[in-house]
Amino acid sequence: MSTVLIIGANSDIAKATARVYAGFGYDLILAASSLEVLDPFVNDLKIRYDRNIDTIELDILNYQSHAEICKNIPKHIDGVIVAVGYLGDQFKSQNDFDETQKITDTNYTGIVSVLNIIANDFEKRKSGFIVAISSVAGERGRKKNYQYGAAKAALTTYLSGLRNRLYDKGVSVLTVKPGFVLTKMTRGLDLPEKLTAQPKEVALAIYSAQQKGKDTLYYYKKWRLIMWIIRMIPEKIFKRLDL
Amino acid sequence: MRLKSWGNYPHVEGENYPVVSDDDLTDVLTQKTSLIVQGNNRSYGDSAFAQTVIDMKARDHFLDFDTKKGILELQAGALISDVLESIVPKGWILPVLPGTQLITIGGAIASDIHGKNHHNVGTFCQFVKSLRLMLSNGEIIKCSNTENVQAFRATCAGMGLTGIILDATIQLAPISSNRIKQTSHKTKNLKHTFEIFNENNDSSYSVAWIDCLAKDQELGKSVVMLGEHETEGELEYKYKSRHKMPFYLPSFVLNSWSIRLFNWLYYFKTKKKSQSVQLQSFFFPLDSIVDWNKMYGKSGFVQYQCVIPLEHSYEGIKALLNKISDSKQGSFLAVLKRMGCANDNLLSFPMEGYSLALDFKVNKKTLELLDTLDEIVKQYNGRLYLCKDARMSEDTLNHGYKNAEKFRKFRQDTESNKTFNSYQSTRLKL
Ligand SMILES: Cc1cc2nc3c(=O)[nH]c(=O)nc-3n(C[C@H](O)[C@H](O)[C@H](O)COP(=O)(O)OP(=O)(O)OC[C@H]3O[C@@H](n4cnc5c(N)ncnc54)[C@H](O)[C@@H]3O)c2cc1C
Ligand SMILES: NC(=O)c1ccc[n+]([C@@H]2O[C@H](COP(=O)([O-])OP(=O)(O)OC[C@H]3O[C@@H](n4cnc5c(N)ncnc54)[C@H](OP(=O)(O)O)[C@@H]3O)[C@@H](O)[C@H]2O)c1
Repeated sequence: MSTVLIIGANSDIAKATARVYAGFGYDLILAASSLEVLDPFVNDLKIRYDRNIDTIELDILNYQSHAEICKNIPKHIDGVIVAVGYLGDQFKSQNDFDETQKITDTNYTGIVSVLNIIANDFEKRKSGFIVAISSVAGERGRKKNYQYGAAKAALTTYLSGLRNRLYDKGVSVLTVKPGFVLTKMTRGLDLPEKLTAQPKEVALAIYSAQQKGKDTLYYYKKWRLIMWIIRMIPEKIFKRLDL
Repeated sequence: MRLKSWGNYPHVEGENYPVVSDDDLTDVLTQKTSLIVQGNNRSYGDSAFAQTVIDMKARDHFLDFDTKKGILELQAGALISDVLESIVPKGWILPVLPGTQLITIGGAIASDIHGKNHHNVGTFCQFVKSLRLMLSNGEIIKCSNTENVQAFRATCAGMGLTGIILDATIQLAPISSNRIKQTSHKTKNLKHTFEIFNENNDSSYSVAWIDCLAKDQELGKSVVMLGEHETEGELEYKYKSRHKMPFYLPSFVLNSWSIRLFNWLYYFKTKKKSQSVQLQSFFFPLDSIVDWNKMYGKSGFVQYQCVIPLEHSYEGIKALLNKISDSKQGSFLAVLKRMGCANDNLLSFPMEGYSLALDFKVNKKTLELLDTLDEIVKQYNGRLYLCKDARMSEDTLNHGYKNAEKFRKFRQDTESNKTFNSYQSTRLKL
């Protein structure tokens, strides 16, 4: 039976994704910073799908712990899905470097710390898939969330390099770029209804893209065009806009 | 914020408030007044809308499943599609299924829903062994047929007006195949349709699709579909939806000719008399078109569902169909159902007789037509289904629901009327 490791398993998108993979017969290892909150969900998964579900505690900012944690993963894993992320407070981050660092490290440094280890392992055994959730916010810096956007841009670039490196080793790398998704991260924000996806839809799209070995997934799909247009706007004009 | 119901009518003002933990719930209860719980918003009217709408969809955990006895305990926000995906492979099914699997357990209880087998097994709540209810003061009580019975009778079919259903324990029914043996009969007119229902009253599932534009001699001509669970086969079950309605269709698409065409196609598509079909295509034919509700255009639609007691069913349904056929306002969806006995839940809809359900595109003319239909329903001592309603009068409600006063009294005694109020309950003074 195939097993997937999901990092940041308490994320709403991760939970929906866990259900999809379990529904398609995968066993799961769920890694989250707090296992206590995850308990009812693990129980739910076991009842729904009759799969083996293991859990491990993992703080993405505790880099020193990552090697040991990865060494002790209870089973052979066939793939990893990373959903860790932190939107943070853009305004606060402008005056408080701790906040800037938290945004950068949660969305980028921490993820790189873990994926470096797993990628080496997958490369050695010439199999496995890597999925990580980046964001359309990484496609162009906007005043509203450029700290987050910059970290996501770095993650996207990292994943693109990783894909290039692992291509002929039979390891696939999928970069997921959601637009708006209705989760606890965006709760309370006034999101445009037509552009806002449910975690469940994103999860199904991730599964399908990963199974097909795709490189990039925009969700909704129309974000690909939207972001292309946004990237095409000359900086001269873009700097004046209030997007 | 503008909130839209499934029928896209009415549009109301309100604020959506997603909840996850019990603390989230008590928070809303203390902060807000005039609130109502919402499941998956598949009721057609204004029952799941208020100034503050508590969105329960994130509270969808399965809590316990006794696979030997078929007893499932789960949170109220869980969807029926999810439940089926999990229980069918283990040889179980929900004993009562509505026409769409995209509703929540909470919505199923609050409307005390019925299925194509109501004449045999009764409503959904008759299989609810117990439920936990959060009252307006935040207190949580357990209710069942033997514990807090009054609260149970008021909450089942209570349209979210007694409190927040947190979770429920449900008795499932065993199956040994994911297929249904479906037999269809084409009938010539209403009399013939009733005859087929009568002859097949022991059939597990039955439902008729009426061509509601057929007139005179042909009035009530339909396809009656009967179903039995197959006894052998696979148990796999995956929720599938296929075609997405990309936009709201313009109104002209819905003139009576397109309706006729649809009816005609449907009528003749059912060529074969007997065939084996998947559970999904038998129970949820409409779910294969995502957002079919957009077919009615931007002004939205209402569904009209009434039940007429057995002794007057034939005359009553005939009178209704005559009016609808004359008006040329009818929908492509007209469903006739034989109902079994009523239960003790105060606002439960079914009663022994026949139920008729139709969609109407909203405009002034149809709203007037519906008022005329109300008079016919009253004349024959029938009633309208609350979860489909967006416009009936308090008088029509009182006429059909003899326990409405008892329900109001329960609301006063428990003070739930101070907190839980939907646009519908305000309109109907419930
Ligand atoms: C295509 C289609 C076919 C249908 N077929 C049938 C059918 O065959 N038989 C039938 O009986 N019905 C049928 N219905 C109606 C549907 O089953 C009911 O409207 C049901 O209540 C919808 O559930 P929901 O989760 O969407 O709830 P919502 O529409 O969100 O809410 C409905 C009511 O339930 C209350 N409610 C929801 N959750 C809770 C909770 N946790 N605690 C307290 N109150 C709650 C709300 O306050 C509201 O009053 C059909 C509807 C559609 C769209
Ligand atoms: N929602 C959107 O609109 C949207 C759009 C584009 C991209 N994304 C991305 O999608 C991914 C999933 O987000 P989501 O929307 O599902 O939001 P979410 O529920 O808030 O998920 C974010 C997850 O990251 C975890 N996390 C934060 N800091 C961590 C740490 N130090 N160690 C371990 N885990 C940590 C959180 O854990 P806790 O739950 O324990 O706090 C949380 O589960 C994120 O990468 C996000 O950036 C989201």
